[in-house]
Amino acid sequence: MSLLSNTATLLGKELRTEFRSRELLTTTVVFILVVLILFSFAINPTSEESREFGPGLLWLAILFAASLMLQPCFLREQTNDTLSSLRLAVSDPFAIFLAKLIANTLFLLLTEILMLPLFAAFYNIPILPKLHYLLLVLLLGSLGISIVGTALSAISAQARMRELLLPLLLLPLLTPVLIVSATVSVSLLDREPVVQWKGIGFLAIFDLIFLTALWLFGEYLLEE
Amino acid sequence: MPSLSPTGLRFENIDKRYGGLFALRRVSLEIAPGECVVLAGRNGSGKTTLLRIAARIVRPTAGNLSFPGATSDSVANPRPGYVAHTTMVYDELSAEENLVLFAKLQNVPQPAARAEELLHEVGLYDRRDSLVRTYSRGMRQRIAIARALIHRPAVLLFDEPATGLDPIGFSWLAKTLGEVHRSGCTVVMSLHGESEISALATRAIQLDAGSVVADTKTGASLHSILTFRGA
Amino acid sequence: MMKRIILGAVALLFVIAAAYASFFIAPTERTMGDIQRIFYFHVGSAWAAMDVFFVCFIANLLYVWRREQKYDSVGVSCAEVGLVLTTVVLITGPIWAHPVWGIWWTWDARLTSTFVLWLLYVSYLLLRSLIDEADRRALLSALFGIFAFIDVPLVFFSIRWWRTQHPSPVIMGGAGSGLDPTMKKVFFFNVLAMHLLAAFLVVERYILEKTRHDVEQLQREAEAQ
Repeated sequence: MSLLSNTATLLGKELRTEFRSRELLTTTVVFILVVLILFSFAINPTSEESREFGPGLLWLAILFAASLMLQPCFLREQTNDTLSSLRLAVSDPFAIFLAKLIANTLFLLLTEILMLPLFAAFYNIPILPKLHYLLLVLLLGSLGISIVGTALSAISAQARMRELLLPLLLLPLLTPVLIVSATVSVSLLDREPVVQWKGIGFLAIFDLIFLTALWLFGEYLLEE
Repeated sequence: MPSLSPTGLRFENIDKRYGGLFALRRVSLEIAPGECVVLAGRNGSGKTTLLRIAARIVRPTAGNLSFPGATSDSVANPRPGYVAHTTMVYDELSAEENLVLFAKLQNVPQPAARAEELLHEVGLYDRRDSLVRTYSRGMRQRIAIARALIHRPAVLLFDEPATGLDPIGFSWLAKTLGEVHRSGCTVVMSLHGESEISALATRAIQLDAGSVVADTKTGASLHSILTFRGA
Repeated sequence: MMKRIILGAVALLFVIAAAYASFFIAPTERTMGDIQRIFYFHVGSAWAAMDVFFVCFIANLLYVWRREQKYDSVGVSCAEVGLVLTTVVLITGPIWAHPVWGIWWTWDARLTSTFVLWLLYVSYLLLRSLIDEADRRALLSALFGIFAFIDVPLVFFSIRWWRTQHPSPVIMGGAGSGLDPTMKKVFFFNVLAMHLLAAFLVVERYILEKTRHDVEQLQREAEAQ
């Protein structure tokens, strides 16, 4: 199907571009690291508090990092008006979004996985026991952030003050992701871990709803 | 190699409004398959907008655009080739990578081979692995044209093709456009003044303030249109 | 013109009557005392705000579909009026909470959701101010408005299900639940009054927006001569 092959081709382009320069990945990793460290300076948590607040702070750091990382998403396509040539070439404009949101999810996930050991060390939280569930939450949460972020990045790229605008648009919209991901993560990393399936289900539904919205309205986001 | 199915362009009462300003006002034009049309007019007369609408990048506010003669599988998406002021390719990728990308996206059979073919045609084969970022102005024009032609379009749209080209680049462009036209492609290009390139035209149309004011088809002279005195 | 004046007069009348009813007709609440009376105004505004935002959502959808200027004008009018009403909710909340529970703010589900709602529509208006070209502005803000409204139930439920860990004072224990019959009447009267006020404000703002567009159009036509 043309949509899938277009998406695969574009995804290849997104990944190739990023892995050639690695600028997004490195800056995002460093940013999350800095934020996590600063949090511990600001709060100076005890070991119990670390366990309770740590995951929430991690998700907050991920959100902030994502709102920066997602800015170039559509801005890059403005340099040489490649957005126009892409729109001309693909059969379904949704492929452009799909490729970008998958790439963004992968980048976020990659930085999160790189950060996990450091997070575990700084906040003294063992992450191995429920690692597979933790990864699931990271995946669903990052997917939600990417879906909404990619859509809004297309909007903010067409406005002034886009660097400030994207976080302003994005962060309120993502409050459900922050709340649920943080809560489920806290439960998973507790002394007696609990898997909150309701929360995981909620994240999946959030992702599905916004993916559908993007599918329905995506082409209008790219219109001229 | 599949032969081009000659395709024309039909604009019916096209309006394009930006806010309250009309960039195009009730433009109706019929361009026959195989024509080589020059669009002339002052800056801001609507040439770029008309070309972008023909390229289907911009939606008209009102009116209808169709491609008479397009084959059944390309009726839904006739995909004109479009060249404008920017290359519309990725600076961080090489010329070859760019062409293969656009070939794959448009389901061109044997994308790698086609990309190579085009690189030879535009004379960039030796620099195919260099990132487009490193290209000179003339080379950027060539990669832009290669990108536009990668899928063998039946219609080629060119917005001020010669901007920034030196005389050698200019001659090369005139030769290439001539070849493309001769192979059956319908060409529509916006130009300033008379030149080697305007000499390729079979028809000229002058736009002013978003409307068609002169057309060689209805008797205006090519020379007067190209010097904006057709109306 | 006449209809506008009538709407305005009726709205004003109802608001005054509703205020009177809240202060003098409704019985004093047993535990909270007179400060509870603000509940009628607070919740009335909240319901009116939600309905106004819903109209904004419909207008946004219609704009994306039809691209007619009037839908954009309705959208921005609703967003602004809705934002004002939401601000009222956020201010009356603490005014109510402080004498009763000694705190200025409580992270109960409704109040927190209202705050996020407020942020979303502030962003909507901010986005509009940062896009110069009218058609782009209308389309992009309509699309953002659609995404924002879809988010609202998700925000509400995520807060309700996962952020009620501490026992928090319930600002409103369900509409009309266990409310004294007189209180119920006063309550719904307030809801009606706030809706009428909202309708009047939206109409006036819409006409203002339409007039602005007409003036711009005339200016452009004059310049083109």
